[in-house]
Amino acid sequence: MENFTPFSAFFGGTLIGVSILLLLLFNGRMAGISGIMNGLLTSGNTGRSWRGLFLVGLILGGLLFEMLIPDFYLPRQNYPILLVALGGFLVGFGTRLGSGCTSGHGICGMAQLSKRSIVATLTFMFFGGLTVYGTLHLLGVGQ
Amino acid sequence: MKNNMMALLAGIVFGLGLSLSQMTNPNKVLGFLDVTGNWDASLAFVMIGALLVTFFGFKTILKREAPINEPNFHLANKQQLDKSLLLGSAIFGIGWGLSGYCPGPAVAALGLFSGEALVMVISIYAGFWANKVFMDKFSK
Repeated sequence: MENFTPFSAFFGGTLIGVSILLLLLFNGRMAGISGIMNGLLTSGNTGRSWRGLFLVGLILGGLLFEMLIPDFYLPRQNYPILLVALGGFLVGFGTRLGSGCTSGHGICGMAQLSKRSIVATLTFMFFGGLTVYGTLHLLGVGQ
Repeated sequence: MKNNMMALLAGIVFGLGLSLSQMTNPNKVLGFLDVTGNWDASLAFVMIGALLVTFFGFKTILKREAPINEPNFHLANKQQLDKSLLLGSAIFGIGWGLSGYCPGPAVAALGLFSGEALVMVISIYAGFWANKVFMDKFSK
């Protein structure tokens, strides 16, 4: 566990929590990112503008952080881009079929003790772990 | 207008949180999912931090009749478990494990000019589209 960073992870998590509370208190919306990404294409004009701005905010947040604390971590190198593309496709397909991702089920739903979200979170964590076991230890990808 | 400005602000705070916690770092994510190997438990603390804030915050906010800028709260209304939830979450988990990105960090990492993140975001939208085609054909 030489890379153990519980404090920055915890404070990052609280910022995510604050963002979710802001969006709920002011706009009455749950910050489930896969739903927001999908709604950007599928909703009407008013639904599109707040979703688009939220996503622009996400990008600006990443950019701002890099400006404040440059090179906070090393970017990943030499990871097969095909696995990223395949993974992305499955993330898109799966989050639609399962109605949510890490933010929507893992935080917003779990915080409301939703049975659906608790089951969804345990399921994607388990399959995430299983997949990494397969790629890292059985196939030796990214070593 | 007020809605849009708040959405932008919430997005920025969310993106800062994802970056600080290193959810945007796919090596970190794969280290967290690598339970049987050199496990890095850090990202469990992201969830603990976010859940602490939202668990108590939701209780207070949802006591209100309505949000500040809108007439109604927009909340999920499904309660029952179903096959789609399980199958979809399993597929999402596999994709997360293959790539090291879930949707929020993929978008936030666009701000780091990551080529991987761009591929990820485009592929996520391809998956949304495939799901729509699939649902139009096989559901109902």
